[in-house]
Amino acid sequence: MNMKRFSFWVTFAVLVFFYLPILMLVITSFNESRFGGVWRGFSMRWYFQLFSEETLWKALKNSLLIGIGATLVSSVLGTLAALSLHRYRSMLQKAHYGLIYTPLVVPDVLMGISLLLFFVTIHLQLGLFTIFVAHTTFCLSYVTFVILSRLQTLDHAIIEAAEDLGANYWQIFWRIKLPQLFPAILSGALLAFTLSIDDFVITFFVAGPGSTTLPIYIYSLMKFGSTPIINALSTVLIVATFAIVWIVQSITREQK
Amino acid sequence: MKSKFEEVGLTFPSALWLLVFFLIPTSVIIFYAFKPGDLYGGIQEGWTLDNIKNLFTPHHLVILWRTIWFSLITTAVCLLLALPTGFFLAQTSLKNRRILLLLIVVPFWTSFLIRVFAWKSLLHPEGFLKKTLVFLHFVNDDTLLLYNAGAVLLVMIYTYLPFAILPLFTAAEKFNFNLFEAAMDLGASRSQAFYKVFIPSIKPGILTAFLMVFIPAMGAYVIPDIVGGINNEVLGNKIAQRTFVDRDLPEASSLSLALAMAVLLPMMVIFWLQADSDKKIKKKGF
Repeated sequence: MNMKRFSFWVTFAVLVFFYLPILMLVITSFNESRFGGVWRGFSMRWYFQLFSEETLWKALKNSLLIGIGATLVSSVLGTLAALSLHRYRSMLQKAHYGLIYTPLVVPDVLMGISLLLFFVTIHLQLGLFTIFVAHTTFCLSYVTFVILSRLQTLDHAIIEAAEDLGANYWQIFWRIKLPQLFPAILSGALLAFTLSIDDFVITFFVAGPGSTTLPIYIYSLMKFGSTPIINALSTVLIVATFAIVWIVQSITREQK
Repeated sequence: MKSKFEEVGLTFPSALWLLVFFLIPTSVIIFYAFKPGDLYGGIQEGWTLDNIKNLFTPHHLVILWRTIWFSLITTAVCLLLALPTGFFLAQTSLKNRRILLLLIVVPFWTSFLIRVFAWKSLLHPEGFLKKTLVFLHFVNDDTLLLYNAGAVLLVMIYTYLPFAILPLFTAAEKFNFNLFEAAMDLGASRSQAFYKVFIPSIKPGILTAFLMVFIPAMGAYVIPDIVGGINNEVLGNKIAQRTFVDRDLPEASSLSLALAMAVLLPMMVIFWLQADSDKKIKKKGF
């Protein structure tokens, strides 16, 4: 078969593979029946049941709280880290780079258990605070690399022009670099927030009693709870995700 | 002197954070792996090699072997699917490419747990896929699609496939497709041109894709836990079980150390191969 045609069909199959489970989940969430195999008529009852789940709302609140905290701290730390990695070429920065790169290639399970052991060793009570610390740690590396890649493509002519006109580093930073970096910091922050809201494995290790986040709540439903509720909850979350993606896409397109 | 002061000031916050919350915790694993545990989930005084020796019991070796085996199959299938997809994306028009890339990435912005759950309900004995396959007479009514190695591999491939597609697409995008035609003008067949010209020039992308799939696959925990059942435990499950169920932190640590080694070794080989192919490319003057 023609190479191009073959690659088209593989791509097509991959996309069907990607969307089939999600589509089925959304359809099942409106099914009166508890199971996906039989259609017993359209129903919104699982959605109504969702609203009366108090634990869900508490978990959502915890997730948002941790997400916002971890996003703010990791964005500030990540911006500083990217600036120093971009500006200096020293042994210190080589070590700094290694320190920021390594968390990206460490499997989640390892990061989770190492933080758990650390918190246990220093007798820190597990809870919202330890989850916040863990999330900030893994978000930091992602934020740094998003901002660093933007720094590397900044237009140097503008910066040199400012230098020629007598601006010092910090003037250049506030007046030129920061405004140009702003979209990168924003997308880094958005990535951090997404990663934090979605993280299950690391959170599971460092969570304590009463610090249930949304993924932990979903996991406990999956293991022990009622499945139709998860279908409804998943559909709500999928629609929310697609809406956010669409909004971000249209904002970035307008900027171009 | 002032610049050095500024450098330290800029570096200090992130470096300190990662030193305290990443480097030290990682070293704590090594510390715990050599400590004797007590019955109440704590550790005792002194040092021991028992936890390390325990890794070489048949029970643990089987799990280690299964983890590597699952990860290798997942990586291989992901690469096989991602190669044609990356090839197609790189060749199609700019407009189609943007839409397709978005279509590939979007499902993976939805929650990871939800995607695993979606497969669980698809494969469920009362689920859509099972019913359809029975209807088409592909499987019997009593075939179990869930809780076997196939289910684990299927969901792992589903989860990690985009991590293979994106680096392969990036590499294929840089490929000069005129070389393809040049090879065919010089008498190569289509598949010869593909294997002898295209594949070697996207080798760095293949190596990156390998790492992007293999590392998270080795650390998989949720997928075998949800769709695998007890006969398909991998290292991640064992670590979680020792931590949460048995409260045996020293053994959880020695298992984590084994996982770290199993990830680190192939990673070093890949980095070495990548540096090697960089050198060759520079020498040839591409």
